[in-house]
Amino acid sequence: MSVSETYVRYRQTLSEEPLAIVVLFVGLWMAWSLVSGLLNGGIQISGLASLVWDGLLRGLVIGLAGIGLSMTYSILNFANFAHGDYLTSGAFAGMATSYLIAGFGENSVGALLLVGAGGSVFGGALGIGVTTAPIAVLVGAIVAGVAAIVLALAIDRFVYRPIRDESGIALLITSIGVAFALRYLLQFVFGAGVRGTTDAGSVPRVSVPAIDGTFRVTAHDISLVVVAGGLMLGVHLLLQRTKLGKAMRAMSDNEDLARITGIPTEQVIRTTWIVGAGLTGVAGYMFILWKGTLGFNDGWLLLLLVFAAVILGGIGSIYGAIGGGIIIGLTASVSVIWIPSAFGRAAAFLVMIVILLFKPEGIFSGRTTA
Amino acid sequence: MSTDGIRGRFKGLFEHDLTLVLAVLGALYLAYILAGVAFGYGLRGQLNSIANLTFFIGVFGMMAMALNLHWGYTGLFNIGIVGFMGIGIYTTALVSKPPVGDGAAQVGGFGLPLIVGVIAGVAVAGLFGLLVALPALRLRADYLAIVTVAFSEIVRFTMMSRTFQTFAVPDTIDLWLFTFDPAADTVGLGGGGGLILNYTNPLEALLRLLFLWEPYLGFVSFVQANVISNNPKPVLDGLFYGIVLLIGVGLFYLLLSRIGKSPFGRVLKAIREDEDVANALGKDTDRFKLTAFVLGAALMGLGGILWYSGQGSITPPSFRPNITFFIWIALIIGGAGSNTGSFLGGAIFAGLLYEGPRYFKNLVQTAFELGDAPRNFGEAMAGFASLDPMPFIVYTLDNVSQLRLVIMGVVLIWLMHNRPEGLLGHRKETASSVDLARPGSGGSTGKPAAADGGDEQ
Repeated sequence: MSVSETYVRYRQTLSEEPLAIVVLFVGLWMAWSLVSGLLNGGIQISGLASLVWDGLLRGLVIGLAGIGLSMTYSILNFANFAHGDYLTSGAFAGMATSYLIAGFGENSVGALLLVGAGGSVFGGALGIGVTTAPIAVLVGAIVAGVAAIVLALAIDRFVYRPIRDESGIALLITSIGVAFALRYLLQFVFGAGVRGTTDAGSVPRVSVPAIDGTFRVTAHDISLVVVAGGLMLGVHLLLQRTKLGKAMRAMSDNEDLARITGIPTEQVIRTTWIVGAGLTGVAGYMFILWKGTLGFNDGWLLLLLVFAAVILGGIGSIYGAIGGGIIIGLTASVSVIWIPSAFGRAAAFLVMIVILLFKPEGIFSGRTTA
Repeated sequence: MSTDGIRGRFKGLFEHDLTLVLAVLGALYLAYILAGVAFGYGLRGQLNSIANLTFFIGVFGMMAMALNLHWGYTGLFNIGIVGFMGIGIYTTALVSKPPVGDGAAQVGGFGLPLIVGVIAGVAVAGLFGLLVALPALRLRADYLAIVTVAFSEIVRFTMMSRTFQTFAVPDTIDLWLFTFDPAADTVGLGGGGGLILNYTNPLEALLRLLFLWEPYLGFVSFVQANVISNNPKPVLDGLFYGIVLLIGVGLFYLLLSRIGKSPFGRVLKAIREDEDVANALGKDTDRFKLTAFVLGAALMGLGGILWYSGQGSITPPSFRPNITFFIWIALIIGGAGSNTGSFLGGAIFAGLLYEGPRYFKNLVQTAFELGDAPRNFGEAMAGFASLDPMPFIVYTLDNVSQLRLVIMGVVLIWLMHNRPEGLLGHRKETASSVDLARPGSGGSTGKPAAADGGDEQ
């Protein structure tokens, strides 16, 4: 290739994709400022490691919740804006169970079931934590998943199924109604306050040495990694070993054709809700356990990041949702090196917008649903 | 079919619309006045209540009509409305707030007249509309939705961040050919604390602009002398601001119906029905969508300015996506695609869903002595143990401000199930400029000949 040819191609790229060039330069600038920061000591490696670890955990939550969103998005063909509130509902159900098991006998059942609404019981006083109350946490996580499944199936039966044949936009608008109703019902029952849910002081922690310092890893970090990793592996196996994955792919391509071929579409939809909502509920519980606070708005605040992850990974791909989740989580956490911390989430949204512009089918496209 | 016939029918339609609007507004006002009577309001209280209702009818009506340009006419699924509203009012505040000296804790502005601030706010909202639309309009409807809501959240983060809390304005600015000395020393977005809107009262600014301020003050003293002796100005201000908003609604209506009937509007509707066809017919659909989006965003900015400029202060939490969804619910109640419907939806939403539950609660509390509400849901449910539903009922009433959002959600679901076209959506204007009704069928108003994607069968 001659020099002039390269030059012409370069000119062509410059004129056709001005945004791509901008993105490239922003990327180069970020890499440069990171390297120079590390070299002159402005950024500590241990601080960076701590941000990466935080982003990874956040990303696992987003990815776990994103699997469900991604599957329903591709099969039912609509963006479910109520998904974040499924996550909150699961978290409240699970945490209420944990409170009940950990504090039964000493506190009033009502206060425990309301997760200490109005400051009647405190999670710290009950000693909620994976080492201090392992059974309460285990049962809580399971109940969170089950509650989210029951909720999702009931809402599907009464809200989405009657308008299954409507356009994706009609379903999207309906899901906004579901989100409103769910979120403010939760506020009505559990109150508007954000409560601390774990006994943060007694969670075992180790300091992992990084080159110029240490970063902290807690038992809740580890349990989040174990649960999220295990469930992701489980979904992978489920979709690989059963025909569910294939049926789901067929449905997302063409539902009528899938039905003609003998795929029980309603049953596949139900299974999808069960898998997706179960993962979302557990994700919500682990998220609350990990961050130690619970409020009725948590899922809604996470929802846009989950959307970003799902779009980034390509709608319908569970690996995409996991990968996208981790990328989005890392972006939201690590970006504070370059920009003020108030814009961490904004950076994640920007990544999503950039992906939508250049590769709207997602970066893991072509590998849909297992 | 003769032109006269069409025009005559059209005229009949307009009269019909006007009566419908007046009937709905009359019913709403009557309900509020009756509620006021039940509360034992005096004239002052009644006027306050009416001013409040008028305010929300005005702002929701305007915003629903602006959204109708995006969704009802062009089919652009914008759920970032509140972002444009925030940009509008923050720009106005920045431009029109009086300057403060160095070292003052408060954030100042450039101290320009309010009208300049309003124009700047509308322009900047439109500019950001362009910024969003340029890349985003190529996207699918649901992606556009996610991008716009993400945009509105980015706007809110920007308002909240400490980075943009204050800027120091240099004493002199050199602009190539000329230098000037701005009066402001520090400007900014105020961070989490928001901005105090300490510029001229918007009503006063408007009336002064129209040379009506002196007559207005005369009217106020007349009322003080004859009707309400105890400081009537705040009440009258509220009432007149409501009237200004209703005039604004009228102007929005005129502008948007004019756009809708123009060749430009017909292309927008054609894009809504089938973008590929419009493209194939030689229309540069991207350009049309861009223009419509920018215009709608500017109108949303204006709506935001009118909504918040009289509030005394603005804080970032007011600009959560909830407001966007309120406006969507209003539009869906009224019916996307029809300007009258949009306004009706806004009025009904404001009167029944937004303000109604609070009035209902007050009404019940006036009628029955209910005592103190339980502090939380547990105490509310405890009553059922002794078969006493009262604590639960009192708790429900006490939390009606949250429950109204539940009600809104349920209403939205119900509408999507039973009447997705809303009240007047069946009158969605067609892209065609000629009457599509079959001759002889006597169709009343150019019914869409199944051109709207089968929404109506």
